[in-house]
Amino acid sequence: MITRFLWQGVDRKLRWFIALVLAAGIVPVLLNLFTPPGSALHVPAWALQLVGKYLCYAALALAVDLVWGYCGILTLGHAAFFALGGYCMGMYLMRQIGSRGVYGNPILPDFMVFLNYKELPWFWRGFDHFWFAAPMIVIVPSVLALALGWFAFRSRVTGVYLSIITQAMTFALMLAFFRNDTGLGGNNGMTDFKDILGFPVQADGTRAALYLASALMLALFLLIAGAIVGSRFGKALTAVRDAESRMRFLGYRVEGYKLFVFVLSAAMAGIAGALYVPQVGIINPSEFAPGNSIEAVLWVAVGGRGTLIGPVIGAVLVNWAKTYLTGALPEVWLFALGGLFIAVTLFLPRGVVGLWAQLKAGRERSRRVAPA
Amino acid sequence: MTPSRVLTGMVSLITALALAGAAVAGDLGTLVVNLTTGGFGDRETAINALAASGEPRAAPILEALGAGRLYVRPADKAVVIGKAQGNQLDLTDALTGKPAGTASEDALQRVRINNRLRGVIDDAVGSLTLLSPDPRMRRSAADSLFKQRSPSALPAVEHALAAEKDAGIKRAFAEARASIILASNDASKAQKLEAISVIRGRGDRDAMGFLQAAASSSDADIKAAATAAAGSLNQTLAVWEAAQNVWYGISLGSVLLLAAIGLAITFGTMGVINMAHGEMVMLGAYTTFVVQQVILAYAPGLFDASIVIALPLAFLVAGVIGVLIERSVIRFLYGRPLDTLLATWGLSLVLQQAVRTIFGPTNREVRAPSWMSGSFLVGQIDVTYGRLWIVVFALLVFAVLILVLRKTPLGLHMRAVTQNRPMAAAMGIRTPRVDALTFGLGSGIAGLAGVALSQIDNVSPNLGQGYIIDSFMVVVFGGVGNLFGTLLGATALGIANKFLEPYAGAVLGKILVLVFIILFIQRRPRGMFALKGRAVE
Amino acid sequence: MKLGSLLRTGLVAAGLLAGAAAGAFAQDKEPIKVGILHSLSGTMAISETTLKDVMLMLIDEQNKKGGLLGRKLEAVVVDPASNWPLFAEKARELLQKDKVAAVFGCWTSVSRKSVLPVFEELNGLLFYPVQYEGEESSRNVFYTGAAPNQQAIPAVDYLMQNEGVKRWVLAGTDYVYPRTTNKILEAYLKMKGVKAEDIMINYTPFGHSDWQSIVAEIKKFGSAGKKTAVVSTINGDANVPFYKELANQGIKAKDIPVVAFSVGEEELAGIDTKPLVGHLAAWNYFESVKTPLNEQFIKEWKAFTKNPKRVTNDPMEAHMIGFNMWVQAVKKAGSTDPDKVIDAIIGVSVPNLTGGYATMMPNHHITKPVLIGEIQGDGQFDVVWQTPGEVVGDEWSDYLPDSKNLISDWRKPMNCGNFNVATGKCGGKGL
Repeated sequence: MITRFLWQGVDRKLRWFIALVLAAGIVPVLLNLFTPPGSALHVPAWALQLVGKYLCYAALALAVDLVWGYCGILTLGHAAFFALGGYCMGMYLMRQIGSRGVYGNPILPDFMVFLNYKELPWFWRGFDHFWFAAPMIVIVPSVLALALGWFAFRSRVTGVYLSIITQAMTFALMLAFFRNDTGLGGNNGMTDFKDILGFPVQADGTRAALYLASALMLALFLLIAGAIVGSRFGKALTAVRDAESRMRFLGYRVEGYKLFVFVLSAAMAGIAGALYVPQVGIINPSEFAPGNSIEAVLWVAVGGRGTLIGPVIGAVLVNWAKTYLTGALPEVWLFALGGLFIAVTLFLPRGVVGLWAQLKAGRERSRRVAPA
Repeated sequence: MTPSRVLTGMVSLITALALAGAAVAGDLGTLVVNLTTGGFGDRETAINALAASGEPRAAPILEALGAGRLYVRPADKAVVIGKAQGNQLDLTDALTGKPAGTASEDALQRVRINNRLRGVIDDAVGSLTLLSPDPRMRRSAADSLFKQRSPSALPAVEHALAAEKDAGIKRAFAEARASIILASNDASKAQKLEAISVIRGRGDRDAMGFLQAAASSSDADIKAAATAAAGSLNQTLAVWEAAQNVWYGISLGSVLLLAAIGLAITFGTMGVINMAHGEMVMLGAYTTFVVQQVILAYAPGLFDASIVIALPLAFLVAGVIGVLIERSVIRFLYGRPLDTLLATWGLSLVLQQAVRTIFGPTNREVRAPSWMSGSFLVGQIDVTYGRLWIVVFALLVFAVLILVLRKTPLGLHMRAVTQNRPMAAAMGIRTPRVDALTFGLGSGIAGLAGVALSQIDNVSPNLGQGYIIDSFMVVVFGGVGNLFGTLLGATALGIANKFLEPYAGAVLGKILVLVFIILFIQRRPRGMFALKGRAVE
Repeated sequence: MKLGSLLRTGLVAAGLLAGAAAGAFAQDKEPIKVGILHSLSGTMAISETTLKDVMLMLIDEQNKKGGLLGRKLEAVVVDPASNWPLFAEKARELLQKDKVAAVFGCWTSVSRKSVLPVFEELNGLLFYPVQYEGEESSRNVFYTGAAPNQQAIPAVDYLMQNEGVKRWVLAGTDYVYPRTTNKILEAYLKMKGVKAEDIMINYTPFGHSDWQSIVAEIKKFGSAGKKTAVVSTINGDANVPFYKELANQGIKAKDIPVVAFSVGEEELAGIDTKPLVGHLAAWNYFESVKTPLNEQFIKEWKAFTKNPKRVTNDPMEAHMIGFNMWVQAVKKAGSTDPDKVIDAIIGVSVPNLTGGYATMMPNHHITKPVLIGEIQGDGQFDVVWQTPGEVVGDEWSDYLPDSKNLISDWRKPMNCGNFNVATGKCGGKGL
């Protein structure tokens, strides 16, 4: 019933794209599992892990796009929600290590042992169970988004002011998580995970499953976002983006719309972060760095703001470029990346997905000009 | 080498001096050669022996040793004092004080000392200069004896006290005497009580330390007097400490103001979310580095003026690059403020990497000119010249900027264009030119900030990154588009930070300030000084 | 378009260069690849870029000597960009895609922690050249930097004995290395009879740049009538403003000496050191040490970088030792196979640059002399004290309650990184 509602809500182009994402999720996994290593078709597990990371970034970009591209809230702090989801997952994974840490302490993670913690801090309670950690992945970022959004939207904080307070939020969280006294591993964060749901994280099968989960998550997010954007609610959102005061005068409760999208987007970012952590193997406060949030916005801009396909393409493209360039051109890759950002702004104002429309418009213009 | 042996050395030489310098026999040559041989322990003995010898050459030789300017020339084993002259050292023979040619530093063996010897030398030189004609030397000798508190120095101090004419230095000797008496076991109770009041009169941290030590005395009267003195001194010091925090806050605020003021123009008035602002600051700092290198290479005499020379150059370099950026990138993006974020972020990556490629990734050395080094006391507040000049400079830049914006035709045009672009264009203002100049002005001011920041922070490709977030916070907190908001915002955040730091620690203090900003924006969604009218939307 | 052609030109040029270099060897055997995993951009580039350069120099020299096992060495440089997840990704790329025989890399503890599972999973070799907090010993990692007992404790001993220090400020950046080092030092100082009120511990955030209040507080703490010293574990970037503030507030080394564990020649190159003469640093190598090997190393380094002003520092020496040890072990094993190298490298001894020898111990840490140097006006250090011989790196500190019973020995049959001598079992508490 719900799936049907969702499926009908999205337009045809997006349906194809979602099918593509699903295919991109399933096919490599099958190739990984059912072709022998060394065959031309074999997809190694590390490649899955790498692309899985991109997919998590893509989900984050989608979350940013939902608030920025459709509701006009330029958030410069979305990486904070991503990182919080990641930390919830990290805490669960840390507790799964059990007595396999270097000190063999069954309760306390290693970093607590050598910093002389005597017992587990209260906020670690429950994280040894997945049934507790899983809802937390959604709840923690949502509650923060709700608190911040509730105050900010009600006081009508808009534009750059909102951008800067989201940045202040992620910066403050970064400093707080860097503190060793916070009890979350300080700068080293959490690493060296062993098991997830009883499966070893380093096993190829687990990696394939995590990759598949990332692809499914992204497809689901696209579906949800598509349904929202296509609905009456979505039209109202776009209207808030384009003329907030007018919507207010028309009697819409603008802050309600904004708050809903902001919290939903934070929850999406949290889930993306939670899937990101077991695939990269580390969660650390630098994920809160304001630069990360800005980068997420850049992925959206590169791909195409205000479209649902754009952020996904942008995130994958930029991160793939990063992977490739840091290996191939380690000394000058920042020139290439920086140049890319400038070029996209100047020449592709609607991002990569806007390129097609731009070319078409250009051709039509020249056709119109030619006979004259 | 134990402290007591040092003391014995001190005792002998001070007594010797006090008895009007009866020269102890000793061959100066041997004494000096002893300085250059053996381990650090042997050198300590040699230093004390030389100091006690009464030789007139002892003071200059020891001073050279302390400053690391005493060398052995391997060719003839002569001990020489070197003075830097370009790349060469001008040498004087340590024994005779006569010129001994020149040599490069590599060709000589420096006589090495360590921290402990540095202390011993200072004390030795200090006591040699207790009756020196130079008042500064007498002053530092008195200070060193005040901290030393060796009972055997008492006769020498009393002798110097009686001979002293300068009131300030006389007081310093009196304090030194009091400190020695308070620490000694032979002094009478009356003497000690008087000493407590003298030390209380000194009123600084050192005095506090001695009073607290005396407060654990076994004698009830002394204990009571010392406790009372320490208590009252503590209150005075607490007041001074609060004043000091205000000063530190103003100083931090001035740094924030400098970093943010350029952004207040490019972001605040032009609406460009300028992520490359920090890199403009960095360019200013690197300009200072280049200027200093050129000056050191070609005109070392001008070194003290290097910062002043760097100011206009930094303004030009950053300003010209700002104009270029505006002409080549930003001007296509007016009306699309969020796109400027993307482009300037890309620019900041490119500029950082460019500087890293040209100057290398490591820190570059920018030295402080002599007028920016050191500190002076205002009451009990230690004010460093460097920080003081930065505060003055920040206010100066602010004042000049306000004047430019309010009193010059360019400023008028800038305000016109930022307030209503079509109207300004209709009035015949060449808006593209004004845009370029405004962005150039903002960038140039960031360059000026770089000159100042090079004095207190790393000159590295990452310099700008450290200030960009703080700068945005300041501009937004103060109210976008209002320069006075930026001024007050910077000061308020600086002082808040410095008052929180001692209680909450540096990390938590900063977090609290950020939370405060978030809450403040909820109360006043457009910063401290909100723009009114239609421009808001 | 432009970018593409630029890329293509770059690739062609790189190909030509590689071809030319390969031609010189005239051997059709594949080169042995060596991975270099140091940040070339971002916050850590400031320290790590030098280490990439020194590795390129060492590999270059080894090739001039005829390579290794009759094969040429080839450096694979990647840029993990001071981004910790990217470190893990690049480590995997080096081991799985480029199939490097060994990796030399990392600076911060978090980057090492991030790549550690990758190296253990793929059985790679990592040589880690920086002083660190200890409390770790992996079969796949060789720690060529100092453990706390090779740096911190001797420095404190020196100050206690030679300068009569009675009161201590432990100032550090708030991350795991200073936290652990300060925990160890605090326990050590208390054992030596220092009272709790004579120890002040202060932590600051990364990149802290406004040191006015903290320096004033240190001054206040130091005016209690007892000789005071500062033990600084302040991290790289924050040091320059810290020292500038010390100089400005007139804290002289003879009044309150500061001994630092992360300030070397490279960091001092960014500061005017004249007001700092006499402040100390504890390392296992200083550029100013006069030995023939060191002078040759400095000469080669300046020639390689074509910059007569480039300085050398301790982590560079650690990389040189680590690289030479790896070369020796590969020769001994006759193969670059990680398992064989891991077995062969224990006990390998190579000369260090300070006139002694460094030996790889069974715990994968090496022996090092401890040197205390005083800052000089020219940005160099004068060695004022050094341990009579080399000190063995102690991976599990004896001064932390949970690690004092642990040892590490990667020889067969023990083959364990956290053997508990009290319970006689491998795996921490042996539960």
